[in-house]
Formats: sequence, C-alpha cells, structure tokens
Amino acid sequence: MATTLADDLRPLHHPHSWVTRYVWSQDHKVIAIQYSCTAISIGLVALVLSALMRLQLGFPGSFPAIQPDNYLQFVSMHGMIMVVYLLTALLLGGFGNYLIPLMIGARDMVFPFVNMLSYWLYLLSVIVLVTGFFVPGGPTGAGWTLYPPQAISEGTPGHQWGIVTMLVSLAIFVVAFTMGGLNYVTTVLQARTKGMTLMRMPLSVWGIFTASVMGLLAFPALFVAAIMMLFDHLAGTSFFMPTMQSMGRITPTEGGSPLLFQHLFWFFGHPEVYIVALPAFGIVSDLISVHARRNIFGYRMMVWAIVIIGALSFVVWAHHMYVSGMNPYFGFFFATSTLVIAVPTAIKVYNWLLTLWRGDIHLRVPMLFAIAFIFTFIHGGLSGLFLGNVSVDVPLSDTFFVVAHFHMVMGVSPVLVIFGAIYHWYPKIFGRMWNETLGKLHFWITFLGVYAIFLPMHYLGILGVPRRYYALGETAFIPQSVHLANEWISIAALIVFAAQGLFFINMIWSLFRGPKADPNPWGAASLEWLTPDTPPAHGNWGAKLPVVYRWAYDYSVPGAPRDFIPQTEPRA
Amino acid sequence: MSHTVSDRRDREVIAPTLREIAADWSADQEVFRHTHWGKAMMWIFLLSDTFIFSCFLTGYMTIRSSAVLPWPNTAEVFALVIGGQKIPLILIAIMTFVLISSSGTMAMAVNYGYRRDRRKTAILMLLTALFGASFVGMQAFEWTKLIVEEGVRPWSNPMGAPQFGATFFMITGFHGLHVSCGVILLLIIASKVARGHYDRTGDYSAVEIAGLYWHFVDLVWVFIFAFFYLW
Repeated sequence: MATTLADDLRPLHHPHSWVTRYVWSQDHKVIAIQYSCTAISIGLVALVLSALMRLQLGFPGSFPAIQPDNYLQFVSMHGMIMVVYLLTALLLGGFGNYLIPLMIGARDMVFPFVNMLSYWLYLLSVIVLVTGFFVPGGPTGAGWTLYPPQAISEGTPGHQWGIVTMLVSLAIFVVAFTMGGLNYVTTVLQARTKGMTLMRMPLSVWGIFTASVMGLLAFPALFVAAIMMLFDHLAGTSFFMPTMQSMGRITPTEGGSPLLFQHLFWFFGHPEVYIVALPAFGIVSDLISVHARRNIFGYRMMVWAIVIIGALSFVVWAHHMYVSGMNPYFGFFFATSTLVIAVPTAIKVYNWLLTLWRGDIHLRVPMLFAIAFIFTFIHGGLSGLFLGNVSVDVPLSDTFFVVAHFHMVMGVSPVLVIFGAIYHWYPKIFGRMWNETLGKLHFWITFLGVYAIFLPMHYLGILGVPRRYYALGETAFIPQSVHLANEWISIAALIVFAAQGLFFINMIWSLFRGPKADPNPWGAASLEWLTPDTPPAHGNWGAKLPVVYRWAYDYSVPGAPRDFIPQTEPRA
Repeated sequence: MSHTVSDRRDREVIAPTLREIAADWSADQEVFRHTHWGKAMMWIFLLSDTFIFSCFLTGYMTIRSSAVLPWPNTAEVFALVIGGQKIPLILIAIMTFVLISSSGTMAMAVNYGYRRDRRKTAILMLLTALFGASFVGMQAFEWTKLIVEEGVRPWSNPMGAPQFGATFFMITGFHGLHVSCGVILLLIIASKVARGHYDRTGDYSAVEIAGLYWHFVDLVWVFIFAFFYLW
C-alpha cells in the first residue's frame, strides 16, 4: 500500500450492498455529497435564523414571539453555524473531498475509512449542536465568539445547557475535521498521479490543501479553549473566570484570565477566515479561467499568494481584540501584520482581473457568480483596511460596520463562490444539466440583493448603530433614517432569502428531469472532466490512471485544434 | 583555511541536500519518496497534536502568571517520604526515567521490525507497553495522593491558587490519556506482529508508525515535566 497507488485497485474498499455504497460509504464522492447535504441543511437553519433577526430589526415590536433572549440566541447560532458548520464543512468536507482525488488523479483519499469516520463524527457534531435548541434554557446567546465570563454566567441565555452542547459539538467537530484534514493533506502530498507535480495542480486544490493545513494547526486552539471552558462551567475551575460580582453575589471563582480565551479563540478564529477564503480563492480562479477561456494569469504568484496568506493569517489574530484591554503596543504589531496581508491578496485580485482581460468571456451562471465574487470581495477587503487600523477600528468596533465588513468578505464572497462551484461541477457530479434561466434569475436576485442588504449597513455602522442589539429604541444619536434603512435591509434580506428557493428548485428538479450533461460541458482542461464515466464511477479512472503532461490552464493556445488542451495530452 | 573547509561543506553537503529537497517537492506523485501513507499521515497528525499541547501549556503559563493567590512550591508538593527522608520530585523522576526508557525499547523494536525479527519486535513492544502502563499507574498514584492527602481539587487548592489543581489535572490527564491510547495501540500492533500478520503483508511500517506516536508522547512529557514540575 505504500507506493503502489499507480494502477492498483486493491487498496480500495469495494462496497457490496446498497448500505455500504451509499450510507456507510468509503467513496470520497459519496462522502463529499453527504458532507455537502448535511452542511447545506444546517446552513438553512442558520439562514432562517437570520431572517428572524431581520424581522425583529426591521419591524421591532411586530413579532412578540421574538424576545430579547431569542434574538441573542439567533445571533449566536447563526454565526457559529455559518462559519464552522456550513462554510468550513462545505468547502473542505464537501468540495475538498470531491475535488482533491479527481483533480490530482487519485482513486480515492489515502485512508477512506478515516474519511468516512470524519463525516459521521461531523454529523454527530451537528446533531449535538441542534440539541441545543431543545435543552432547558435553549441554545447559547453569548454571541458566536462565546466570550467568558458572560458565556457561562447567569443572565446570558443558554448559560445552563446551551453553552455545553455548543462546546461539546465544537470539540467533536475539531476531531472530525482533523480526520478529514489529515486525509486531504496526505492525499495531495503523496497520492498524485504520474506527471502531476505540485505546480501543475489546479488552484482549487492549492486553496483546499493550504486551508486544510491551516485547519490542522488552528483548530487545536479552539479545541483547547472549548475543553477549558467546559471545565470552568461543569467542574467549577477558574481558567477564564475572574472574581466577579454577578447577580448581587461574589462568584466563587478567582484569578482566571478572560483574555486568555480571546487569544485562544482568535488564534483559531482568524486563520478560520482564511480556511474559508482560500478554497474559495482557488475555486474562483478555476471558474474564471475556464469560462474566460484564458490561462490563469500568474499561476506561480497565485500559488505563492495562497501559501503566504495562509502563513500570515497565523500572526494577525489580535486585530480582533483592539478594544479588549490587551497591551496597546500589541495593536501596533497586529495592525502592521494585518495590513501586510493586503499585498498577497491584491496580487490575487489583480491576477483575476488580468485573467479576464481580453478573455473570451462566457457569461454562464458559474462565471456570473465568479465575477460577482470579485466585486463583493474587493468591497469587503477595502472595509477591512478601515478595521485593521487601531485608531479607526476603536470607534467602529461592535457597530454594524463590522457586521457589514465580515459579511461581505467572508459571508457573501465564499457563498457566491460556492453557488458558482455547484453550478460549475453539478453536470459532473450528477450527470445532468440545470436550467439556465432559473440560474440567472437566482444569480441576479442574490447578487443585487446582497448589496441592498450590506451596503446600507456600512452607513449604519458609521452612524454608530451597535451590533447585537435587540432593538434600538429612542436614542438621541440614532436618527430616524436608521429605522428606515433597517426596514429596507430587512425587506431586501427576505427577498434574497426567498430567492434561494429558486436554487433549490433548480437543483432538485434537474436531478431528475434535467437534460443529460456532456462529460465536459465547459471545455475544461483539468482532470476531473476527463473521467471515463459521468458521474465518475467508484475508483474514478477505470483500469488505468490518467497521466498528466501539462498544467490545467492550456486555454486558447495558438495553433491548437480546440480552444483547450486537456492535462492528459502529451506535449508535441 | 577554515574558509575553504566551509566552502567545501557548502558544495558537497548543503547544496546537494537542498537540490534533493527541491527535487522532491517538484516531483510528481509523491513529495516524500517511498514513504508509507500512514507514516506521512502520522507525522502530520503529530504536528497538529503539537499545537494542542502548545495551547495547553501556553494557557497554563498565562494562567499561572495571572493567578492572584500564590502558586504552591512543586518541589514540596511532589515530594515523597521514603525511609523517614523527604525526597523532592522523586516519583516524577522515576516516572520520567521509565517513560524515557520506554522510548529506548521502542526504538529497538522498530530496528528489529526492519530486520523482520518477529519475536524480538513483539517482546520489545510488549516491554514498551509495560513501561507505559506503569507510567500511567504511577500517575494514578500521584493523583490519588494529591486528591486524598493534599486535598487538591480542580476548583480549589488548600495551598494557594485554585488554578494549580485545574491545570495539573487537565494537562497531566490529557497526556495520560495519550499514553493510555499509546499502550492500547502498542498492544494491538504487538499482537499482530506476534501472529505474523506483517510477515504475510511484508510490511512492518505499522511498528514504526506506532513508534513515532510513542516518541512524541515522551517528548511532550519532557516539556510538561520542565514547565510544570521544574518551574
């Protein structure tokens, strides 16, 4: 098993029944679909929570069922689900699982059994998370950052059991991710096909690979923080708990350090932003290149930018803590390192634009989403420059400006890429084509809708409207226009919310009624489009593994018979 | 003179090594030539696990420096009275010695595994597991003494800072869990060695992979020993 991967089918697990084929499956493609469906389902829960929050913010007082406690619980669960259980799981567990073996020419992940365990543990973590909605006191309302002491102190919604289910679920998620992440990294390093060098891999694989390495180094901090807070809550230790006056009584805890939790949390939390962003960067590069019929501009620079962003993201975490009371000199260091990240990120944005430059652009649905990503990402990145500077961040801290910033840069942007990627690879995954008109309608409502939602939020933030507030009430510094803007945002949000129905109708209808898809409908050069079967069969490549002779971006090569040259075509 | 020596070393040792590394990373199929997938994966896992223990230990150091009550003197707390004589850190010294010795027997087991010596490999692995189990046993004794005689609890500590007990039980507990898992892993693989499983597959890599994990657990202990007991 050591190095005999070439054309050896023996190491594969061969399913014998429906159950081992589709339920306890060890096939990376089935696991990918299981991961994706679970992630999207729990993501829908978070989407509904956001709609409920917008109902309250846009029309305060009209929905007596939404109490202040509920509102805080919606905020917390929405944030955590979207960041960890939807985006991380979908991009790495879903796309990582599906694309890595197919794009590097492997038959499966190196350890399919561990890969299967990874999914089932992930499902368990989602189930534990969901039980939070049904325990006494409801889910935690501490905000997705779960800062102690308030997260486990009386008065915070869900401080009894909601916080426990959340922390346990996170710890299980970390174990599940570790099992998957080890597989993704080892597969990319050790199981590529003949001719597939690291510098011939599609950028999607580079993004997912780097993000997996980062996950393996960042999630430990979350794991440790979760364990320590569980001890604080259940065993009465004082890791994070100082002496406090709570509810008129002095707490029995003493000498703990709440700042320690923030450092641990953000040592995970900041790399987490790029764990979500890097796969999106990689995937969008491939979408742009394929649909613009041009090689990606500056491939090597794109690879190095991914790696450098990944490395830098480990030394910027305390820019989330400018107002936490840490030593102000730290702010100087972390502001500098934060702004340095703009350099590799700008390289990527320029290279995407230069790939489009004089390209033969086909404005199909995946490409529309890819181009939309460039817009939202530039906007989110620019507002990041404001927040990265200590002196500008301090007044903007905990306002809607922050909400607008991170939703643009790590909410909307990766989600647009995910939509684009699903439309792009759907014909390969299911062998059917979706409806173009419905897809375009879904795109335009979503793209214009997110601007209608998040652009006004920047304005609210600059006015000083605080985030995580149940209702603003009559406050002197908040003008009447804020309430109008909030109504507008809520209406836009509900329209975008409803428009996602178009996506699901399109996907599910096409699954059964869509026309049969061409094996390579976009004329792409990378390996996953060259499988003998569509959808790819177990073992991916039939009897013989493909041999790779060139990079994945030979589009519109002068003199070539077609406007793309597959990676498997030998050089003349 | 010394100039030319270092030049020669550059030319003959460092440059070819760098070229080899560059060749490995720019090759197709594998970055680490002829490396068992499991071994590569274990190395990557250990890197991740390093971050877990680093977070635990930095967390401990932060908490220790910010604790408001005095930290107990570890030389006193972890002393045993033997023959009327109070000897500081004696138990921990024995535990450390046992664990380091087990790394030695593990290394020998890996060596005999490469030579396909079924009997010696199995015996040395069993010996390693025995050392590991006795380490966990002594740790249980230490915990009992601390809880029953000294009255240390995760939430309180009669000798001062309550964080002393909390960090002690958490970090040594997490490490003890690692050792226990290692003992189980060693027993499983040793029994497979003894039954000739790896002779049939012709691949003794599992012994080396278990060895990697075992050495890592020992190495972590050295840091815990230094930061918790000697500080």
